[in-house]
Amino acid sequence: MSSETQKILTTDGIPLEVSLKKAERRNKIKAFLLVAPLLLFLIITYVFPIGDMLMRSVDDKMVTEMLPKTFKAMEKWDGKELPEEDVFKAFYLDFRQLVDEKREGKLSTQLNYTKNGFKSIIKKLRRKSKNFEEGNYKEQIMAVHKRWADVEYWKAIKRRAPAYTSQKYLKGMDMFKNENGEIVSVSEDRRIHRILWLRTLEIAFFVTLFCFLMAYPIAHLLATLPMKYSNLLMICVLLPFWTSLLVRTASWMILLQQQGVVNDFFVGIGLVADDARPEMMYNKTGTYVAMTQILLPFMVLPLYSVMKTISPSLMRAGKSLGGTPIVAFWKVYFPLTIPGIGAGCLLCFILAIGYYITPALVGGASGTLISNQIAFHMKSTLDWSFASAMGLMLLAGVLAIYWVYNKLVGIDNIKLG
Amino acid sequence: MALPKHTELHYRIWHYFYLTICGLVFFFLIAPLFVIFPLSFNAEEFLSFSDGMKSLDPDAFSLRWYKDMVYGTKNPWGLAAKNSFIIAIFATIGSVLLGTVAALGLSSRHMPYKGIIMAVLISPMIVPLIISGVAIFFFMAKAGLAATHTGIVLAHIILGTPFVVITVTATLSGFDHSVTRAAASLGSNPVNTFMKITLPLILPGVISGGLFAFVTSFDEVVVVLFLAGLENTTIPIQMWTGLREQLSPTILAVATCLIILSTLILVTAELLRRRSERLRGINR
Repeated sequence: MSSETQKILTTDGIPLEVSLKKAERRNKIKAFLLVAPLLLFLIITYVFPIGDMLMRSVDDKMVTEMLPKTFKAMEKWDGKELPEEDVFKAFYLDFRQLVDEKREGKLSTQLNYTKNGFKSIIKKLRRKSKNFEEGNYKEQIMAVHKRWADVEYWKAIKRRAPAYTSQKYLKGMDMFKNENGEIVSVSEDRRIHRILWLRTLEIAFFVTLFCFLMAYPIAHLLATLPMKYSNLLMICVLLPFWTSLLVRTASWMILLQQQGVVNDFFVGIGLVADDARPEMMYNKTGTYVAMTQILLPFMVLPLYSVMKTISPSLMRAGKSLGGTPIVAFWKVYFPLTIPGIGAGCLLCFILAIGYYITPALVGGASGTLISNQIAFHMKSTLDWSFASAMGLMLLAGVLAIYWVYNKLVGIDNIKLG
Repeated sequence: MALPKHTELHYRIWHYFYLTICGLVFFFLIAPLFVIFPLSFNAEEFLSFSDGMKSLDPDAFSLRWYKDMVYGTKNPWGLAAKNSFIIAIFATIGSVLLGTVAALGLSSRHMPYKGIIMAVLISPMIVPLIISGVAIFFFMAKAGLAATHTGIVLAHIILGTPFVVITVTATLSGFDHSVTRAAASLGSNPVNTFMKITLPLILPGVISGGLFAFVTSFDEVVVVLFLAGLENTTIPIQMWTGLREQLSPTILAVATCLIILSTLILVTAELLRRRSERLRGINR
């Protein structure tokens, strides 16, 4: 045989290998072009806006742009003693510009976030600075109010120089940067966000647990019953699944209210006195009960689809080899259902952690979750950068859960529907 | 499930205990929906069963709240229903078109970077709604589409396409590609092949994906709350405001209608699923 093998040619005289590669590439492009419209649409309307959230959450250009000359002059200042005349002059020029544009109010609000006490001295400065004479601005500004002669206030201004900040993220964890640039926690009575994060995790965890405990037996029943019965029972799972979330929440509000059906029932069987009906809504109980019922189908369906594939002969084999039904269940059946358990728990937990509507309606003050806080800042305080920061923290949490799940069970091991 | 005669007593007890537990869980799942029906026919303004209702007095029942829903003064439900249907229909069409085409590409074995692209395409389903809401709001505000029907339809297309992609990809996974090759070898062009061969076979998947997209849009409230102005109110928004402000029995009348609608959708979806399984040759 010759050392050089003959290249196989197509009828056009091109080597087969080249021709195949060309066809392969054409197919790749064809497949990609089919996906492209949706991919492009989602990138523009969805992926970029999430990036926009990231930008907003760290953006702190407002003050940077309001005091450009001041921050330029401050670059040389060591931040220990009071700054020199050039900084005061630059600040005066920036400030006059802002007053002309009627934006000094915004500056005072922004600086007040960094350090309390700016509001009044900026108001005073606006009044007095109209009559400032040229030259020696340091003296003139310091004469307006004694706080202007306090180096702490100038340090506070300097802290706003960077165009980006991690402040919103720290605030989401109830922390802030103090005068010396150290990250510290806010005082204990003001730690609202940590409580919310913990509560969100707690509620998501217990709702997932309750869902699992309730879903496992019925999924097993559905999977083992003869078709004609299981189809009928399946409707009990699917009807809530397809019903509007608000309808289901409304029905829980009717059931759980103080004059509601559940309370009537408790009074009827003598469990509680008529005048001591317990509050079951507008607190954690309401959130737990309603969310468990609403998320239950998401646990049942994956469990069912996995259990359906487990042959009943496996359990019989286990028993015939001497296992009690409990041992056979634990050693044979249960391990086989783990992919379904994983999928159901992941689904429930992730849905629960981002829940908004139900907690807002039945949760009251003690049953609201982190999503409610995000919506609150989006719609009421209009602190969109803070809402973005909290949203991204939540998103990071969700992605982390996926990652851990992928390591533990493997995302391919999920079975849905 | 009947037990064999030789079953020992404690297994018998355990078995009935298990059935009782299952019964209670099923009750927990389905009973809340059925509370709404009778209460929506309440003649009085309360959201609990009146004594008349408990004794099945015909006078205690009325269609009052249904009349209020349809003819009530300054009634928001008519506009809301119209908006909801318009938005849901356009969102469904958009999701089905984009999603089906994308699923065809994804199912091709030549598709490059399949994993990462799939992850992007189904991300709106995985990311918590509140985050999607914030992100989509920022986009629509910048594009000048906040408080417009177009904006809401686009938002719902974003949320609806993952369902279409998933159901259609699932249908295509059992799809025998030799039939399209056969069509091509007989001289059919790709568009013709798709319309005559592929589409009829994957249609159940497309329709059930479309149903998911429809329900998602029809029931969606988180994103709409950020986007909608007064003109774009939808049924979920009206229910949300109603539930927050005062629980009026009119809401229950609306809820009853919604339950009937979801029952119809459920039946359709189930029939389609069975047909699809038959076509794919999955026999359980």
